[in-house]
Amino acid sequence: MQDELLNMDCRQLRDGIASGRVKSVAATEAVFKAIEKYEGAIGAYISTFKKQAISKAEEIDKKIASGETVGELAGVPVAVKDIMCTSFGTTTCASKILESFHAPYNATAVEKLAAADAVIVGKTNMDEFAMGSSTENSGLKQTVNPWDKSRVPGGSSGGSAAAVAGRLCYAALGSDTGGSIRQPASFCGVVGLKPTYGRVSRFGLVAFGSSLDQIGPLTRTVGDCALLLNVIAGHDPADSTSIDEKTAPVCDCLGKLDEPIEGLKIAVVPEFNAGAESGVQKVIAKAIDVYKRLGAEVIEVDMPHLDYAIAAYYVIATAEASSNLARYDGVHYGHRTEEPADYIEVYSKSRAEGFGKEVKRRIMLGTYALSSGYYDAYYLKALKVRNLIRGDFAKVFERCDCIMMPVAPTTAFKIGEKIDDPLAMYLSDVYTIAANLAGIPAISVPCGFDEKKLPIGLQILAPAFGEEKLLRTARIYERETDWHKEKPRISN
Amino acid sequence: MMAKRIDEAQVRKVAKLSRLALTEAEVEEFTEQLSAILDYAEKMNELDTENVEPLAHCLPINNVFRDDCIKESLGTEKTLANAPQRDGEFFKVPKILDGSGG
Amino acid sequence: MAELDYKVVVGLEIHVHLCTKTKMFCGCALSFGEEANSRVCPVCLGMPGVLPVMNKQALEYAIMVAMALNCEIAEFTKWDRKSYYYPDLPKNYQISQYDLPLSANGFIEIPLEGGKTKRIGIIRAHLEEDAGKNVHSEANFSQVDLNRAGTPLLEIVTCPDMNSASEVRALAVELQRIVRYLGVSEGDMQKGHMRFEPNINLIITKNGAEYKTPIAEVKNLNSFRALERSVEYEVQRQLDEFAETGKTIETGNKTTRGWVDEREVTVLQRKKEEAPDYRYFPEPDLVPVKLTKEWLAEIRGHLCELPINKQIRYVTEYKLSDYDAGVLTAERFTAEFFEQSVAAGGEPKRVCNLLTQTGLKIAKERGCGVCDLGIKAESLSELSKIVESGTVSSSAAVSIFEAMVETGKEPDILAEELNLIQKSDAGELELIVEHVLADNAKAVKDVKIGGKKSKKAHGFLLGQVMQKTRGQANPKVVSEILDKKLG
Ligand SMILES: [Zn+2]
Repeated sequence: MQDELLNMDCRQLRDGIASGRVKSVAATEAVFKAIEKYEGAIGAYISTFKKQAISKAEEIDKKIASGETVGELAGVPVAVKDIMCTSFGTTTCASKILESFHAPYNATAVEKLAAADAVIVGKTNMDEFAMGSSTENSGLKQTVNPWDKSRVPGGSSGGSAAAVAGRLCYAALGSDTGGSIRQPASFCGVVGLKPTYGRVSRFGLVAFGSSLDQIGPLTRTVGDCALLLNVIAGHDPADSTSIDEKTAPVCDCLGKLDEPIEGLKIAVVPEFNAGAESGVQKVIAKAIDVYKRLGAEVIEVDMPHLDYAIAAYYVIATAEASSNLARYDGVHYGHRTEEPADYIEVYSKSRAEGFGKEVKRRIMLGTYALSSGYYDAYYLKALKVRNLIRGDFAKVFERCDCIMMPVAPTTAFKIGEKIDDPLAMYLSDVYTIAANLAGIPAISVPCGFDEKKLPIGLQILAPAFGEEKLLRTARIYERETDWHKEKPRISN
Repeated sequence: MMAKRIDEAQVRKVAKLSRLALTEAEVEEFTEQLSAILDYAEKMNELDTENVEPLAHCLPINNVFRDDCIKESLGTEKTLANAPQRDGEFFKVPKILDGSGG
Repeated sequence: MAELDYKVVVGLEIHVHLCTKTKMFCGCALSFGEEANSRVCPVCLGMPGVLPVMNKQALEYAIMVAMALNCEIAEFTKWDRKSYYYPDLPKNYQISQYDLPLSANGFIEIPLEGGKTKRIGIIRAHLEEDAGKNVHSEANFSQVDLNRAGTPLLEIVTCPDMNSASEVRALAVELQRIVRYLGVSEGDMQKGHMRFEPNINLIITKNGAEYKTPIAEVKNLNSFRALERSVEYEVQRQLDEFAETGKTIETGNKTTRGWVDEREVTVLQRKKEEAPDYRYFPEPDLVPVKLTKEWLAEIRGHLCELPINKQIRYVTEYKLSDYDAGVLTAERFTAEFFEQSVAAGGEPKRVCNLLTQTGLKIAKERGCGVCDLGIKAESLSELSKIVESGTVSSSAAVSIFEAMVETGKEPDILAEELNLIQKSDAGELELIVEHVLADNAKAVKDVKIGGKKSKKAHGFLLGQVMQKTRGQANPKVVSEILDKKLG
């Protein structure tokens, strides 16, 4: 029963709960039983809210029993990356500097989950302030890959990906600044979507790179991904950068999800893909073959500026981060150093004590890139390169529906393998970063395993606000394959 | 060996600008690592961007405003709820001696 | 010390609070001295994950001022972050405008002595958010109050076109008059609605060579008087310092000095050895502003005739003195009340006198504006007309004005009720005069003899007539009759 319950996807569970066949309380208790059993091994959560979750589940069950209308995620236990503010519990960003921070507000995405009657079970681990690709930079705990506990779950939304893959929730929200949803989704064998910049409100999402950050779902199926996007997307007057309905119509990603796409044109960038491990390359090629077999046209394209994406990204993202993280100073909230000599030390020591090494490194890099004398050479240059990259995408999307490529050059790597070489770690973001720079949506869909039985994700990128077609494209593949049904065997 | 892209003195200066009290070991480490990253970033100079506009934002929108309508504030207690130190209804910090920040 | 020729050079950096209902980027009401930290929300507290949303009214107010300052308004303007760490700045960056301010290249006409004006250049005017307040107590710690954090702030930078303390003051007063006319700021310096930071130096000519003294920026000025006195003080201090050290702008550093009001001196706050590195970059949480022609035209429609233009017009059109024109135009509503009264047929000089000598006095006593006295412009015009026609005397007009304020009744009714109508009917007055002359033979004789006594006796007879009419005779008419009879 436990397994049967946990193996349902969100839509199956929701339909079961709505029809009264399944109780939300049962599903929620099953999730907490799994957490009790496996969380010690996986370490996906920073905090969980058992009492609150079960009472919410009871409330939903009661509502359904009395025939009340309920939301789109009624009774479904979900997790939220601990970078989204919640008015309950703490919001830590996996940082010591915010370890005991209580936000007096909910992120809009969290509000929308609640309004859809989802049951929030906990907040997931991540790289501190979302800075990292392995979740090893968490200042609070280590998360491991449910497929191989000696390996990283990816990052920064590693906790969310591990929780979804490990059946410690039915779906989770993550955030993606340079691949932080897609890469852990790929490493953990789940679906992960970074929506178009502006599609989902950033209000209450603790900022890393404000012009790049987007909240998105990590789910077991493409359908669930569409469902969660429907719930969290939409204009928010509290976020000036959230798109209004006139500029981009609200997407109903579920309605036509299973409709075929006639004459699908897929772009591939052979030169660029050659940088991936051969095992990854092979699996991706096979995945694209599935589309070919179904009649899609595959067009080889040249995107000359993609090679510069990492350089531009690490300048822009760190510049914005250096400013976004200036507020953690030990004055108004968060960690303050004991016995500072003066008010300057409140800043410099609180920050030195509260931030981990990667966060410090990026603040330093970003501050340098914005500082007098270097602004033009680094920050301004990076913005121009960003424009060139966007231009590359625009050109491709003139004649293709989407672009397919790997999510990451490798499968999940060993814990500790790259942690001492920041540049090597940055280079592993090579395939995911461009979508953030260009503001376009991109998804990672499970498409097989390497010889070590580690999951691989196929990345599909689409034009801005093209989520509906993007998800349909992903769904075509999912329907043809069974990769999404694979699940890790977790040992304790 | 080639000269480092950024030296320890610069690292210290940036640390001061960033309000980060770094240890000696960190200064050394960051000098090395930031130099490597900045060397990598030099790659951008292969591109001629003379006539390229900087792109700070991908959004196709302008003019997002709110009406001048009052929303309830948090109130003093909630405002100070997370304060590491407070003095009555104020945030408390060690004495500020210099005149002004900006 | 040898005689030096010198010229004072002052430019101003000005910050004006805009009187919107809410803050620049959040819905908190602006603070007017409430309990500390009571007007703060997650946005102006800079909590994690919060986002700013621009107050449209603040932008429109800022554009109105920029238009009044004859600035070019940008078609495209954006926001930037200015980074510096300070406890009253919760995010440790200020949302401001850097390379694309909403306006630039304007000027302001300031009134000088004798009805002249001078044009002072405006380099730029841009919008930003104010910081909170650090409160420095006697104890060994400081307190932070964020009520002010996020208040919409217009920063105006002038060219260094002012050459005396009085010109600096004139600009400050003129700017206050403008923002109050536009209704975009209360413009109260004591309350910090307007802050002026003069940048002062001298160009000294000595033995045929020119020397520029190092620039001093003065802060903490909270009155027009302090502003003016600080410039005067700096001029003398810089002259002395130059005499002593010979330091020039090339050899000395720019300094920031604080004004100490009690002692009326400036004291060194800090030397600017290196320019602070504010690391400006485009604010990614806000989208740019595009100002269309239609929108700008709509905003322009909210402007009014500028005070300085009114003042000049009152002198040329209504033949008022520059002083009177200045008094009438000090407040927009006074000026408008005056103009309405004139439009209703009042003689300008007469209306002006009633307003400046009586109206403003009563208003001041009541602590309100002239327009709050409950008097219609038409009624004031009526009052001026009955003075003009001799129906009531100028002194009676004062009583009528006061009564109008008290009762709200019309001036002609009050003139009758209070028995203040002057008797100007020559026939009636002649009878009374004849009676008086008959009863006062000695005085009549004295008048006729002439000389010193004559004048006094004439005054006596006039007084007798006034007494008989209980003050209601028109003294001008009585005097004429007396002259005729005593010829
Ligand atoms: Zn606020």
